[in-house]
Amino acid sequence: MSDMELLLWARGPGLQGAVAVFVAGMALRLIEIYSLGRKRDLSPARPGNGGAGWATIITRSIPHKELLRTTYLTYILGYTFHIGLFVTLLLFAPHIQLFRGVLGFGWPSLPSPVVDAVALVSIAALFGMLAYRLYHPVKRFLTTFGDHAAWLLTMLPLLTGYLAFHHLLLPYTLMLAVHILSVELLLVFMPFTKLVHVATIFISRWYNGDMLGHKGARL
Amino acid sequence: MKEQETLAEHLRRQGISRRSFLKFCVATASLLGLPPGMAPLMAETLGKVRRPSVIWLSFQECTGCTESLTRSHSPTLESLLFDFISLDYHHTLQAASGEAAERAREEAMKANYGKYLVLVDGSVPLGEGGAYSTIAGRTNLEMLEETAKGAAALIAIGTCSSYGGLPYAHPNPTGAVPVSAIVKDKPVVNVPGCPPIPLAITGVVAHYLMFGALPELDEKGRPLSIYGETIHDRCYRRPFYDQGKFAKTFDDRGARAGWCLYELGCKGPTTHNACATTKWNGGTSFPIESGHGCLGCSEPDFWDAGSFYQALSTPLSSLDKAAGVAAGAGVAAGAAIAVHNRAAKRAAKAGHQAVTVNDLEK
Repeated sequence: MSDMELLLWARGPGLQGAVAVFVAGMALRLIEIYSLGRKRDLSPARPGNGGAGWATIITRSIPHKELLRTTYLTYILGYTFHIGLFVTLLLFAPHIQLFRGVLGFGWPSLPSPVVDAVALVSIAALFGMLAYRLYHPVKRFLTTFGDHAAWLLTMLPLLTGYLAFHHLLLPYTLMLAVHILSVELLLVFMPFTKLVHVATIFISRWYNGDMLGHKGARL
Repeated sequence: MKEQETLAEHLRRQGISRRSFLKFCVATASLLGLPPGMAPLMAETLGKVRRPSVIWLSFQECTGCTESLTRSHSPTLESLLFDFISLDYHHTLQAASGEAAERAREEAMKANYGKYLVLVDGSVPLGEGGAYSTIAGRTNLEMLEETAKGAAALIAIGTCSSYGGLPYAHPNPTGAVPVSAIVKDKPVVNVPGCPPIPLAITGVVAHYLMFGALPELDEKGRPLSIYGETIHDRCYRRPFYDQGKFAKTFDDRGARAGWCLYELGCKGPTTHNACATTKWNGGTSFPIESGHGCLGCSEPDFWDAGSFYQALSTPLSSLDKAAGVAAGAGVAAGAAIAVHNRAAKRAAKAGHQAVTVNDLEK
């Protein structure tokens, strides 16, 4: 199989298969999770906490002062990586072209050198997170194979995209194919790993906030 | 042309000055990635060589490759170089026809056995016993195998003979294959392009005449010096790609300002060729300079690589159907799991036994 054939496969049947697994997996997992439900809380809700779920979506998305002081590396690296990933994914011109092709609409892009720099910072942050995870005894203790797999699945698209953009390591056509394939790998495993938080994070935050608010916790 | 005439003598007779010939050598040396100091040496060596026999076989092709060479701009030193070689067989250019034409090929093969060059344009059809393309009642496959036997080397001119090209495109009704799929025991150089740059064709011939060997090739059998870099790498619009400035249509403000054509389907990033540096029509321009994206014509399978007007990063086919079916399957599977989980919960609740103080004291 030539480089071009691999690229064509990645852009054609490969992408179709990956999207199918992603959509089916996400539907299955979300229905599975949310159909489990919780035991009804029969106690009357404490007053003054209406909308606690919605408020928590925002408050938990902002670093907590005390936690920021004690676990600043987790916060800084985590925020840097996530913001960098979103900028790279959503504001790079060729990516927007992909969204335009799939969704039928697009939006303005950032200059490529800016996205390039952001991607590099994201990659550095991901490596930093891995190092911190391996270095910190508690994090190391809590780490499972799934965490490392999630790290690798996230790192590969960023790294291969960076290498493709700079024409490094492999011929561009092959590296572009590898980049698209790495994204497809991410799509395939996303519903079945901790990466499912892409879809569940804000719902979980709302749920936590609503439950705590019901009990009268200060949020 | 006299049989024993050298290239220098021939060019002089044609009224081509030594300065012009040196210019050609400098351009060729540069395209082949040779150091500038090699140009005079090339002029000297080429000036002394005597007519090599060349047999040009045209199979499933459109004659565009020959047109590229002979009509690029007139008169060309490239075409004069081809005047110089002993072009003993070429359908389009030769005066002879019928049996006389075939006899010319057979005689050239006999007289120069083991030394002649074979240039091929067009792919070779293998379907239906090769009946899709025949010359003098013989299939292209037969003619290629017979002619390649006594050749010193073969040069596949154009994408059809290099990689199959248009006839090879899905569903490949004629069973077309490139030259390299048939000739395994002789050196084969691919000079792809639809058509190839004229200087790329003559450059490979000049290299062979000068060094008696073929140039260094990439993994797709192309001369590395000509096809070593992508169009995108050398494109004058590259700064706009880097800045994220893209033409959205062929007549918008961006297109008029010469912005990058990536979003309009330019295949420059995946296409290896020298168009952006050597250019066409006597150095006038190349497709991107004329406002159209690169089609990727010097790459294998370029006809099947999606629409010419579809950006490289976009899916080749619609994802709607796959996503729709998958969503249905996912919802059904999720619902089945939900029913199972609820049944398990109900069973657990029904089977629940209260623990009394007496139980704990046991």
